[in-house]
Amino acid sequence: MILSKGNTAPDFNLFATPDQRLSLNELKGNRVIIAFYPADWSPVCGDQMALYNETLDFFRKFKAQLVGISVDSKWCHTAFAENRKLNFPLLADFEPKGAIAKAYDVYNEITGECKRALFVIDEDGIIQWSYLSPDAINPGADGILDALQEMSQIKN
Amino acid sequence: MSSLKLAVNPNDHHLGNAGAALTLVEYGDFQCPHCKLAHPLIKRLLNEKGSELHFVFRNFPLREIHPYAFTAAIAAEAAGKQGKFWEMHDLIFENQEMLNTDYLFSLAGMIGLDPAQFAKDLTSKKIMNKIETDFESGLRSGVNGTPSFFLNDYLIVSYNETYESLLDAIQMEFKMNQQ
Repeated sequence: MILSKGNTAPDFNLFATPDQRLSLNELKGNRVIIAFYPADWSPVCGDQMALYNETLDFFRKFKAQLVGISVDSKWCHTAFAENRKLNFPLLADFEPKGAIAKAYDVYNEITGECKRALFVIDEDGIIQWSYLSPDAINPGADGILDALQEMSQIKN
Repeated sequence: MSSLKLAVNPNDHHLGNAGAALTLVEYGDFQCPHCKLAHPLIKRLLNEKGSELHFVFRNFPLREIHPYAFTAAIAAEAAGKQGKFWEMHDLIFENQEMLNTDYLFSLAGMIGLDPAQFAKDLTSKKIMNKIETDFESGLRSGVNGTPSFFLNDYLIVSYNETYESLLDAIQMEFKMNQQ
């Protein structure tokens, strides 16, 4: 079972660029959306990361920072992010391979890739919503936005 | 199951029979090749089923991967202000590979738009807001790529870029309505 509402989000410290790491701890105080996905370079028009790239303004309205995580290397992520003009960090769960995905229980042992899964984490590092999507299906952004909206309503 | 979160309303562009029991809403991107593929399918559907079907087009431009998608959406809306949304919509999809800002001006000329008004409307805040509203309603409804089709409020998950996949969904919904 993937981690779910109420669980503490396991920390990570992964390469976000060829020479910089990003940890969940550094993001404390912000809401964080983690999108685990199987691999860079999936087809363009239905691509989940391309969609989220267009959704960043809506995430920001809810004070949420998005990170994508896959087992691809930092160099692969850099090329992919440049090619798709992505404006959010892609983290490399590369060494030890899939360690973070395993901590969230979203690692696919058969393909050696992350499953397609979403987590919304609150300012204190607690998971408020999670969702496991079939690998082939782009889950869209509606679940994330609904979760963020609910968090804002509870807070107010 | 993903469902339409913003009901069809007077701000929408529509074709077919507004009183029909079936409403098909497309979220599309003018620079998306898959939307271009869907364009003749919709035309055929309206030709063959237009009396039983109400069709609505909403904007879902993916601006980072399709640099002219947003401008094209504005151009279509601007044409709409002169009563020619669908003419522009069709021409853009039919000439998608030529798409750039200059070309949108030639299309505007081709359909006889007032060029000064068209140029002015290309910077209209109201039009941009309309496109943003379309986009956000798509996001909230579970649009995950383009084109996405909603039939009577539910996402058609069986659409596979064939005419038959649209027709089957429509016929099934039509039968359910009759029961």
